[in-house]
Amino acid sequence: MKCYRLFIPYSRWRDAHPIVHSQKYHRRRRVCRLISKTLSKMALSSVLQSESADFSFNNDRSFSFGCRFGQTDLGFGAAPGDRLNFAIKASLGPDDKDGPERKIEFLHGTTTLAFKFQHGVIVAVDSRATAGAYIASQTVKKVIEINPYLLGTMAGGAADCSFWERLLARQCRVYELRNKERISVAAASKLLANMVYQYKGMGLSMGTMVCGWDKRGPGLYYVDSEGNRVCGDLFAVGSGSMYAYGVVDSGLRQDLSVEEACELGRRAIYQATYRDAYSGGQVNLYHVHSEGWTRVSQEDVLKLHHQYQEPKK
Amino acid sequence: MAARYDRAITVFSPDGHLFQVEYAQEAVKKGSTAVGIRGKDIVVLGVEKKSVAKLQEERTVRKICALDDHVCMAFAGLTADARIVINRARVECQSHRLTVEDPVTVEYITRHIATLKQRYTQSNGRRPFGISALIVGFDSDGTPRLYQTDPSGTYHAWKANAIGRSAKTVREFLEKNYTEESIATDNEAIKLAIKALLEVVQSGGKNIELAVIRRNQSLKLLESKEIETLVTEIEKEKEEEAEKKKQKKST
Repeated sequence: MKCYRLFIPYSRWRDAHPIVHSQKYHRRRRVCRLISKTLSKMALSSVLQSESADFSFNNDRSFSFGCRFGQTDLGFGAAPGDRLNFAIKASLGPDDKDGPERKIEFLHGTTTLAFKFQHGVIVAVDSRATAGAYIASQTVKKVIEINPYLLGTMAGGAADCSFWERLLARQCRVYELRNKERISVAAASKLLANMVYQYKGMGLSMGTMVCGWDKRGPGLYYVDSEGNRVCGDLFAVGSGSMYAYGVVDSGLRQDLSVEEACELGRRAIYQATYRDAYSGGQVNLYHVHSEGWTRVSQEDVLKLHHQYQEPKK
Repeated sequence: MAARYDRAITVFSPDGHLFQVEYAQEAVKKGSTAVGIRGKDIVVLGVEKKSVAKLQEERTVRKICALDDHVCMAFAGLTADARIVINRARVECQSHRLTVEDPVTVEYITRHIATLKQRYTQSNGRRPFGISALIVGFDSDGTPRLYQTDPSGTYHAWKANAIGRSAKTVREFLEKNYTEESIATDNEAIKLAIKALLEVVQSGGKNIELAVIRRNQSLKLLESKEIETLVTEIEKEKEEEAEKKKQKKST
């Protein structure tokens, strides 16, 4: 639709084009209703629930007008490996509402963690992507490098996170050029929060932590698509966050050294992957200090398991 | 059919001038003088106060306005245009505080005002703003700043400047007298501003309005009594200088 091409919210386009909107909108609704009826008649719901690829079905229907509001994300029979979601997809039922109206419920199947200490910020994430009970990938990069001194973590919809954080990177660079100084972490997280707030209620799913170092020292903000923006010293996001909180809360002191803090972050993610089915893969560890961020390590969870369990024997 | 905007008012002349902008600058030259001085720990703004009519309330005629706690500006030219610019600048200062969680730098707000002025030289149906502004303040790292904008939308940083009527005379005076020792203390900087204004203002201290910002303090308008005392000090100094010169000549 034209509003998507212009990168403006549907509501703003709709208010600016009352007559066109009304005709197009109702036509679209009629067609989508028709499609959902046909699809559910063809037992698509069972196809989606089993998440098995069925390309032939997809090719038969040509959705030329791209009724995209809820249905593309559910991926009609696309191979699960294509869609890197940290989410369980909502299933289509025959009594559901029309496509454009449907709200997508994402579950944040991941563990991401960030905490401040005296030498900066430690960011630790896992790397598993799941589609239902199927592990789509064990090697997902859930830390987005916004610029050499700002990091963003990914939880929720992968496309939403990476798209908005890349847009944020562009805004930060323009700020730097205009004002001849680096943007502060508070301002960067505010820009991101304001950008996604315009799309509140339209189905974005993003829970990210913006981490960096600016002239006020280490900065850590949690921003999500509901419009929350919170400053804090410690955040863990995702289905494994409770396990990670347990480990970090018991081990966090302000006077940790860099190695101790890295080990704490690593241990927290490992414990989360041990107990949470939707987290696993590798632990990616980053350290943000006054010069910028450094990639500390990437370790496989199985290796960590042997490392931690060995001394017990 | 429906009233569409006509072609632009500000168009290029064959020899490359924007006449509307130049006429706006003429309007500025008719306004009352304003002078700005950047000291080490203080920034001073002084304006020539036009004589107030008997029945007019004096305090509603203000040419020096605060844009935020740490930034203020004085203007020369059309008062009504200035009111619009000042409103927009004040809103922008607060918007900046909201989105960036930091107060504006003086350069940022000057750039915003200058961009606003430039936009009005390049859209249809509108005329340029007929004001020049002197924007002073302290950045959050403590550096004092003084910027001047003009109707064309350009802005420059200055150590000391004057705008409005007889701006040239005042600027020449400042060029001669702005030295490191003349701005060594806050008081000296204020006196320099008064001296500069006295060059062009008739009838002395009554027609001068002065405002200062000190580091980490907000705008302070000097009362007429303080100005009177400073003016008498300056006159005394002048007399002493004249005496010394006479003595030198006679010996």
